[in-house]
Amino acid sequence: MSKNNKIHEPLFHIVKRGALPFWLSWLIRIIAIVASLIVCGVVTIILTGENPLNIYKTIIEGAIGSERRIWSLFQNVAILLCISLAVTPAFKMKFWNIGAEGQVLMGGLATAACMIYFGESLPSIVLFPVMIIASVVAGAIWAVIPAFFKANWNTNETLFTLMMNYIAMQIVSYFVYLHSNPVGSGKIGIINSTTQAGWLPKIGGKSYLINIIIVAVLTIGMYIYLKYNKHGYEISVVGESENTARYVGINVKKVIIRTMLLSGAVCGIAGLLLVAGTDHSVAKETVDGRGFTAIMVSWLAKFNPIYMILTSLLLVFLEKGASQISTDFGLNDSFSEILTGIIIFFIIGSEFFVNYSVKFRHKDKEANKK
Amino acid sequence: MSKPAIELKNITKTFGSIVANKNVSLTVNFGEILSVLGENGSGKTTLMNMISGIYYPDSGHIYINGEEVVIRSPKDAFDYKIGMIHQHFKLVDVFSAAENIVLGIDGKSRYNIKDSIKEIKKITDKYGFEIDLNKKIYEMSVSEKQTVEIVKVLYKGADILILDEPTAVLTPQETQKLFAVLRRMKESGKSIIIITHKLHEVLSLSDKVAVLRKGEYIGTVETKNTNEAELTEMMVGQKVELNIDRTEPKNCENRLEVLNISCINREGVKVLDNISFTARSGEILGIAGIAGSGQRELLESIAGLQKLNDGNILYHDPKTGKIDNLRDKTPVQIRDLGVRLSFVPEDRLGMGLVGNMDIVDNMMLRSYKKGKSLFVDRKQPKTLAKKIIEDLGVVTPGTSTPVRRLSGGNVQKILVGREIAASPTVLMAAYPVRGLDINSSYLIYNLLNTQKENGVAVIFVGEDLDVLLELCDRIMVISSGTISGIVDARTATKEELGLLMTKHGGEKQ
Repeated sequence: MSKNNKIHEPLFHIVKRGALPFWLSWLIRIIAIVASLIVCGVVTIILTGENPLNIYKTIIEGAIGSERRIWSLFQNVAILLCISLAVTPAFKMKFWNIGAEGQVLMGGLATAACMIYFGESLPSIVLFPVMIIASVVAGAIWAVIPAFFKANWNTNETLFTLMMNYIAMQIVSYFVYLHSNPVGSGKIGIINSTTQAGWLPKIGGKSYLINIIIVAVLTIGMYIYLKYNKHGYEISVVGESENTARYVGINVKKVIIRTMLLSGAVCGIAGLLLVAGTDHSVAKETVDGRGFTAIMVSWLAKFNPIYMILTSLLLVFLEKGASQISTDFGLNDSFSEILTGIIIFFIIGSEFFVNYSVKFRHKDKEANKK
Repeated sequence: MSKPAIELKNITKTFGSIVANKNVSLTVNFGEILSVLGENGSGKTTLMNMISGIYYPDSGHIYINGEEVVIRSPKDAFDYKIGMIHQHFKLVDVFSAAENIVLGIDGKSRYNIKDSIKEIKKITDKYGFEIDLNKKIYEMSVSEKQTVEIVKVLYKGADILILDEPTAVLTPQETQKLFAVLRRMKESGKSIIIITHKLHEVLSLSDKVAVLRKGEYIGTVETKNTNEAELTEMMVGQKVELNIDRTEPKNCENRLEVLNISCINREGVKVLDNISFTARSGEILGIAGIAGSGQRELLESIAGLQKLNDGNILYHDPKTGKIDNLRDKTPVQIRDLGVRLSFVPEDRLGMGLVGNMDIVDNMMLRSYKKGKSLFVDRKQPKTLAKKIIEDLGVVTPGTSTPVRRLSGGNVQKILVGREIAASPTVLMAAYPVRGLDINSSYLIYNLLNTQKENGVAVIFVGEDLDVLLELCDRIMVISSGTISGIVDARTATKEELGLLMTKHGGEKQ
């Protein structure tokens, strides 16, 4: 054993795990969230000198501290979940639709345009169907353009959908410039603030309830579509292997275009909910990055619409809480973004530990002794 | 006996819950060829990857020249003069042979390709390699590329060479050449480890055979003291009957007539050039050829997956006698014509099945469109799945296990089972036993034979010439997209097929 000094075992090596039991993989994820909250606490203490318990209290208060906040939480969850549902069929088909931002915005723009142009002239029984059709068509068009090019010439959908976002933003900017109210303010303001024409109706006096109901229905619908419908089955086959799809005679082009039409249409509905059900206005910032956050919601939930309720709730909850910290402790928005960033980093990082384990040198030696 | 070059003691490696190697120990001396024999999935490649620094063992010891070493990376392996020739070559296509050989060698003063070529020449002359050092890799045949890989390893100064399934892609003639070179290397004192599952190669080449079975080390035997039957028994764990029962073809009718088809792929290469043949019912037509000679394109064009530039594919309906042209039809159109064509493609998980889906959903691939309902019916596929699991002895935890979790043999049983369940009139199978253990392979051969006896026209693309000669009625040999011959499998010899495989400038590709 005199040669032992020559041997340098690596400090650790990474080993792929087999399938973990369900509870263990979720335990890892929960540990990651707890760890992220601890790190957030430490970061906040270093930067602000506050008691970490206060900080966690603030997070919870910020998210569910009052009835208004609870409604706002669920309203935000509904919108994020709606966009996540929209991107899910596309991602399940391995079509990297990062253009939800633009598709939602176009849906919202179409809604706003209907409200402005027809708000006075059409009765609501006609106005609502027009708004729904307009938003669905606008979202679908924005999604089907990249799909058409992908299906026919195999263009890169990631770049294409991303670029479509910028075009959508510019179109909205132009629209805002045309209709700014008061003129020259650079803002549209609340549309039809007196007549409330085109505003989604309140149910039982709760203004966001209709959004939540619509999204709940969409969630169940999307779950059934993906799991039990023939289209849903085709989407899975195309996503897993285009060659297999061709082999069994699935028309891959048709599936890509059909799926993106659906994805864009649901984005359009999200736009409708945002403009007619929540903001009653439209701006370049209306979607506020949720077209991208939705991708994370969808992936974290492994494309299962039911799990997406949980992942979108988690993300919105943390975001609300983090932004409350910023306000309570007199910090600017960037600070809440730092905190959400830390939390999301831990959540995504936990997937690594679900799939791999790290073996350290010490353990090996102990094993050898035995 | 000379001293040991490399010694492994109690090597264990696990991937998750799967034990790839369990307490494996073996020794190779200088001037010796050791075969590592085992079925697919028995852990041969994993073991070699640990010697060459790609994986790190969970426990166990490696000794080189009697000293314990730790190999953490491929570079460490090189420092211990270990060189590995992988199944998939790792060469730069646009570089010449010589450039590839000197690539990645550091320490020397200046890069001078002429001096390097002189040095490489010394090596090639010593061992008798036939190679043009200035030829670009993309112009080379598979066997030339392999030669470059071997010379590269020798040039780096390797004393211990590991070859992973080196003969899988070679013709019988090329295999003989390779073996001659390996024997010369052995005589000059190198140690060679060769991974294989072909028994006759083991017996003709190696000095010792180490056998692995399901990750466990079974033992090492001297080649001169053993025989095929004993090795098979060690490999499989039980006695196996290695006979294929070939019946005389009955009631042969023309079922599929392929007339002068040609096909140019996306890169503008003519992958099929004026191919004509007839597949008859009640007969197995074998297709032999070097990998990539157009086998895939041929089957895909019959299945409606490949656009043809020329020619026709005529299907004779067994009931009505009607003749349909399948050219430029999609798989759906072919099915709508009432043509019962089943196809077991080469790429099982990438084409025939969906790896992440469970067995039921994979059964559905062929049938989900049936009926007007918007929703998929999982009942019938589930019944079919259960039937196949039972009939073919598929080992699986249940019908809801993703097929990618199953072993290669079980995956293939599911695919073949599904294709046969459609009661085809034409059954095409591309490399249906690749990667399968011996028992599963013979099960597949028997299934093909049953189909033949039921009057199906079977087209079988194979790589093992011995099997082709035993199983098929006629063998068609293709070389660079053309037919170089159609022979009677009952009278043809392996050498004859080998020559046909390289005819028509097959060397050039």
